[in-house]
Amino acid sequence: MLMRAGFTDEDRVIVHSPESKHPLIGEYEKGARKRAPGLGVPWTRQNFHFIQTSRVFRLVVCSFRRYLLLTEATLCHNMSTCILRAPVSKGFSLQFATTFAKKTSCYGVQRLGSTAAPQPQVCIVGGGPAGFYTAQHLLRSHKGVQVDVFEKLPVPFGLVRFGVAPDHPEVKNVINTFTQTARQDRCGFYGNVTVGSDVTVEELKQAYHAVILSYGAEGSRSLGIPGEELSGVHSAKDFVGWYNGVPGNKDLKPDLSAETAVILGQGNVALDVARILLSPLELLKKTDITAGSLEAIADSRVRRVLIVGRRGPLQVACTIKELREMINLPGTQPALDPRDFQGLREAVQDVPRPRKRLTELLMKAALEKAAGKEAEREWSLRFLRSPTHILPSPDRSRAAGIRLAVTRLEGSGEHARAVLTGEVEEVECGLIVSSIGYQSLPIDPAVPFDLRQAIIPNRMGRVQQAPGLYCSGWVKRGPAGVIATTMNDSFDTARSVLEDMESGQLDTSTPRAGACALHTLLKQRGVTPVSFAGWEKIDAVETARGREVGKPREKLVDVRDMLKVASL
Amino acid sequence: MARCVVRLQSLLCEPVLQQPYLLGSAVTRHLRRPLPWVASQHRDFHTTRGVFKDAAENSKITIHFINQDGERTTTTATEGESLLDVVVNKNLDFSGFGACEGTLACSTCHLIFDKNVFNKLEPLVDEELDMLDLAYGLTDTSRLGCQVFVQKGMDGMTVQVPQKVNDIRKAAESSWKQ
Repeated sequence: MLMRAGFTDEDRVIVHSPESKHPLIGEYEKGARKRAPGLGVPWTRQNFHFIQTSRVFRLVVCSFRRYLLLTEATLCHNMSTCILRAPVSKGFSLQFATTFAKKTSCYGVQRLGSTAAPQPQVCIVGGGPAGFYTAQHLLRSHKGVQVDVFEKLPVPFGLVRFGVAPDHPEVKNVINTFTQTARQDRCGFYGNVTVGSDVTVEELKQAYHAVILSYGAEGSRSLGIPGEELSGVHSAKDFVGWYNGVPGNKDLKPDLSAETAVILGQGNVALDVARILLSPLELLKKTDITAGSLEAIADSRVRRVLIVGRRGPLQVACTIKELREMINLPGTQPALDPRDFQGLREAVQDVPRPRKRLTELLMKAALEKAAGKEAEREWSLRFLRSPTHILPSPDRSRAAGIRLAVTRLEGSGEHARAVLTGEVEEVECGLIVSSIGYQSLPIDPAVPFDLRQAIIPNRMGRVQQAPGLYCSGWVKRGPAGVIATTMNDSFDTARSVLEDMESGQLDTSTPRAGACALHTLLKQRGVTPVSFAGWEKIDAVETARGREVGKPREKLVDVRDMLKVASL
Repeated sequence: MARCVVRLQSLLCEPVLQQPYLLGSAVTRHLRRPLPWVASQHRDFHTTRGVFKDAAENSKITIHFINQDGERTTTTATEGESLLDVVVNKNLDFSGFGACEGTLACSTCHLIFDKNVFNKLEPLVDEELDMLDLAYGLTDTSRLGCQVFVQKGMDGMTVQVPQKVNDIRKAAESSWKQ
């Protein structure tokens, strides 16, 4: 039985008791063990108690009055969760226990390693692309490391789930590679745990050898103009969160009753918002857009979207694929002003190819009249306009318009600056979406934070003046870039961590408890982590519900619903 | 019956043929030749495996890959599959390669070709160029691996995964991504 479970004579395990202050209860050499009498029933929750009886440890797993008695066996100098050798009994093997534990969302099952190999414990804060790519690289490069990913929401994947537009399902294919990473034995996922309040970074630093912050950017840059707080004005982050099912944004209720909507900013997120506002319903119905927002969009009276930028056509931040999509959007037409493009044909001759092709596409859309029919819905890019005031309705209850100052460019190319000319114009509108950038926020006093740049100060992913702390993704570099950018960045941080382990800068010689040490802490604070198996239950429910209505998934938008499903 | 014998020979010889240095070149040449009494297709000094299979299907083409760290791997590919398929099927361990699984939604399968091979490739469509424009380390002979399909003329070619260079990334950041 032991051999079948994959243990060798050298394998040893340290078992942690939640009650104990020290991670090491004791070490037992092989040979000093007795068989436990009989065998209990399968485990439903992991809640370990340790009973010491004359040099024989009996691990008792208690949950809802069901017990499983196991022999203790061997020790290992590091492990994050308790996994024990099953007693020799028919039908019970470690493999079964592992599968069963995973299926019942038990805390986590750790395969025992031999004493020779070190098992560094690494914690990653944030379960989005940055977190998972960093985990992936660490696990692939170091055969002993245990990586635990902590995520605030019960569901993983961050902006891949909540930021990528519903009509871009191919971009979400990266979820498959993240799923493979999360399913590895040496990777743990703890959703529904907010680092900074449920557990502090200091506590994480004590439980792990290294803590990597990859929590992204949960805030947005503010416009800083009067009227910003009026109803009808939303940040793009909130608007995107609304149609993508971010639990905190489900009650946004944006006002879609006016004919004109204004979007401030000309990046890909701005185009996403415009596209969702103007897309034909038949197309949106087949995506994973939330049911609530689909209903609201079905009743939407928005017919015209203005996408406003401070600078000119040569400085638009969007990319060509998204622009092409916008131009070809069924039922809509671009309303670009040819005067904006005068003299540009010569100006783009020498710029890099990506910028050149983008500008040429814009010019083509501006100068060629759409052949045949007029479309019911219209979008346009307004250049050289900077918002100065959001104008309230007569009863001051909501936004009814926006005042835009006319600018001109100083300098040229990517670094041209917009300078006010003194002229202004006003646009009537019912919805204003500010898409000028996401922004990271500090989450814990133990982590240095640069408020001016809104990132964690670091060098190559190593947090400055904070040994043992690293960062990757948007919180490291600022909130710009596509998934591939974050991927390379995360690999860089992982390399820094590995280098430090190799050089001894990060001392991994003394074992750390890992997630096991936090188990009681979280329980005392009333926090129930959601494991990856728990997410897979949520995933199954969402996919099944989606199938009923012809969508890839019907997202759960309430955290309580998610937790209920995960705990089934 | 003869065909069984032939298959047996190829089965037994395969492991040996994979390491031709084990035997002399004359011996390996001999082993590759089909047995004289088998009236099947006969090819001399062919470098592909599967000598006894039809030429049109299953031609194996040798491709050399150089990864981000400069390490070289040689593998064989089947005509018609994309280079992304090759990387995936042969489990070539390139970090983060093919994130969007071949749907033209990323640029992580970016590969650099030799000029003479590049010129013979099928022309690019707009959609590929759109994504390629966002790739790191873009060169004049860059293509996306998911859009390049293996052909006989590629036998022995070398493709390179762009080296990780920090400066390129910083320069790209100050440009107009998102």
